[in-house]
Order: sequence, then structure tokens, then C-alpha cells
Amino acid sequence: MTALSLVRGRGRGRRPHLPLPLVVTAATTAWLVAWIAEAPLAGWISFDLLRLEHGSQLGEAVGFFLLDVPKVLLLLLGIVTVVTLVRGFFSPERVRAALAGRGLMAGTVTAASFGIVTPFCSCSAVPLFIGFVEAGIPLGVTFAFLISSPMVNEVALVLLWGLFGPGIALLYMASGLVVAIIGGLVIGRLGLERYVEDYVWAMQGTAGPGIEVKLTAEQRLGDAWRYTKDLVRKITPYLLVGIGIGALIHGYAPTELVAAIGGRSNPLAVPLVVLIAIPLYSNAAGTIPIVQALLGKGMPLGTTLAFMMSITAISLPEFIILRRVIRWQLIAVFATVVTIGILFTGYLFNALIA
Amino acid sequence: MKIEVLGPGCANCVRLEANAREAVVMAGVEAEVVKVSDYRQIAAYGVMSTPGLVIDGKVVSYGRIPTAGDIALWLTEA
Repeated sequence: MTALSLVRGRGRGRRPHLPLPLVVTAATTAWLVAWIAEAPLAGWISFDLLRLEHGSQLGEAVGFFLLDVPKVLLLLLGIVTVVTLVRGFFSPERVRAALAGRGLMAGTVTAASFGIVTPFCSCSAVPLFIGFVEAGIPLGVTFAFLISSPMVNEVALVLLWGLFGPGIALLYMASGLVVAIIGGLVIGRLGLERYVEDYVWAMQGTAGPGIEVKLTAEQRLGDAWRYTKDLVRKITPYLLVGIGIGALIHGYAPTELVAAIGGRSNPLAVPLVVLIAIPLYSNAAGTIPIVQALLGKGMPLGTTLAFMMSITAISLPEFIILRRVIRWQLIAVFATVVTIGILFTGYLFNALIA
Repeated sequence: MKIEVLGPGCANCVRLEANAREAVVMAGVEAEVVKVSDYRQIAAYGVMSTPGLVIDGKVVSYGRIPTAGDIALWLTEA
């Protein structure tokens, strides 16, 4: 037996190796059954088994909780797996190749659009930034990508779609795209190249070889599933707390209170929610159920979108990590441009949608 | 053989390093596992999405965490 077959044999011995199409079909079927059965089951538990009253405060709160927890978990498991699978085809390495040599406007729009589908974590921000500069991609185009990639976040998008419907999810995506494009164009115009660290410029034109690694369908599916499992495990505690608070708001918070603080009559509502959102970075999963309850109690859509966008896009850890490649002045401009973009989106939607 | 794990040291890089060490045992080869966290060196390999994995100077994976079994196959093929 060669070493190679030994390794293969061991890999197989760990777990029974079922054919891939079978696994995919079984998983999809199980997901669909759970999705269809979830709402009637939650209703049956709250109102038949526990004999809670429809319309009572406790009944509404418990009903909201039991309906939302499995629903959100199912959405995350199913859609994040699919989204991650698709995103595997849009690595930053490929995006860089697609962006190199494009004009300023076309480059900015393309970079912002790629930001939607390209995976991004703040620990990758630095190699990504260096990689873009190396390839001679203009600063504004790089920032368009750095704004849109975390802002249009898959968890946020999935939850918005599942809880509010496709309209709000697509609106959120479109506004994120517009903020990223305008932000990128503005930063590009300001001529801030001197605030990029010198050693980064010194690497311009020294881009490493174009690398391309081929993956099998099984590897791609395995990656997507492992990523999703990890993500769901990590965010479930936040999610439960968030849905719990959402349920309390849904059942107990008086509509007048929400309207007084977050409503249209309070002109400072939009900056207020942006401020609240800053320390909530990366907890989109926990905050969306709260937002859902608030929206139900009459918080306007623009304020809601501004809140969501600041949670995902204004990330202190990312700003700190970017200090390795750019100076504070440029980080401040980046943060300011993003914040103004979010405030503008909030006020615009509040004014447009009555 | 020389295995390099490229990444600034986040959770993903730590996991990849563990998989690489497991793979060395699985494949039964002589190999040292080194962590590379210098951004200049990472960039020199053309890797923008961490963690990256380099076997004897060749990038075999980036932006994902390959399983120990996969890495062991690359080690025996290299």
C-alpha cells in the first residue's frame, strides 16, 4: 500500500463516505420540511399546548420568540451555506485581477459590486489592501470595496430577507452599494495617497504571481458547510438574546414610546441609532430581531436601515487593523465618509417612504 | 519539507496550523510547520485572503481552511 492510498484510506475511515448528490438532496429536503412545519408548530406550541391567549402581552411575546428562533436559525443554516458556496468563486485574488487597469468610474462601481459577493473578514483587511495597492488599483476604488464588502453582509442580508421580505433586503443592498460607490469616488478625489504607509507604496508593481487553486465540488460544499456551522454556533447566543429582547418589545413596549424615541418626530433619531450601533459591531444577528420588533412598533424604515448599516460597516476592529497600512488621518476620513453616507441614506428613506 | 501557514494570527490561521500539523503525522513525512505573519511576505506569495498554505514554496490553498486529509494528500503528492 502506498503512502497516498494510506492517507486516502484513513480519510475515509473517519466517516462513512456517502455520495455527494445524496447528501445534498437529503439536506435540502430536511430543510424544506422544517421550513414549512416551523410556523404552524410554533403557533401550536404557544397557543394550544401552552394555552396562551392570542393578543395578550405574554402570548404575543412567547409566540414571537418561538416563531423567530427556529426561523432565523433555519434561514442562517440554509442561506449562508448557499451564499458561502457562491462566494467561494469570487476570491479577492480574482477581484483584483478583474479590477486592475479599469477606469476610475468603472473600477469604483465594479469594486463596490464585487464587495457584495466577496468574503471579507477584518483579519484579511490588511493583505487585501496591500494586494490592491500592489496591483496599482487607485485608492478610491480600494475603499469602495472596503466599504461595500463588510456593509453588505450576508447575515444581515439573509435576516432582512427572511424577516422583512425581499423588498427591504434589496433596498438595503442597493443603499449599501450607493454609499460604497459615492464614498469611493469622494475618497479618490481627496488625494489622500500620502496617508498610506510608505512601505505599502514601495510594494507597488511587485504583485506576487497570479495564483489559482482548483477546488472540487466536494471541497467547496465542505468549506461552505463548515463555515456556516461555525458561524451559527458563534452567533446563536447573541441571536437568542436579540430575539428575547425583540419578543419583549413585541409584547410589552408601548408603541408611543418607540415612536417618541425612534419615530419621525425626533429629528435626531437617525444619528442616535448610528451611535448606538457602533459598539454592536458584528452582532447583526442579535440586533435584527430587535429591529424587527421596533419596525413593527412604528420605527421608520430609513432609521432602521441606518441602524443596520452602521452595525455592519462601522467596525472599530477593522479601523484599528487598517492602521498597519494607512495613517489615522485616512482612517478618520474613511469613517467620516461612511457615517455621512449612512446618515444620508437614513434621512433619504425617511423622507421618501411615509 | 517546509510548510508555511500565512496569516496574521486569527482563529482561522490557528486552525489551519493545527490541521497542517495533523497532516504531517497522517502523511508520515518529515516537515517543519512555520507561521508567516509578516504582511510583506504574505503579499509576496500573491495571497490576499488569509489563511494561506504554502508547501515547499508553492501556494496550495488560500482563503479557506483545508482539512488535514486534504493537506496530507498534497504532502504526499509534493
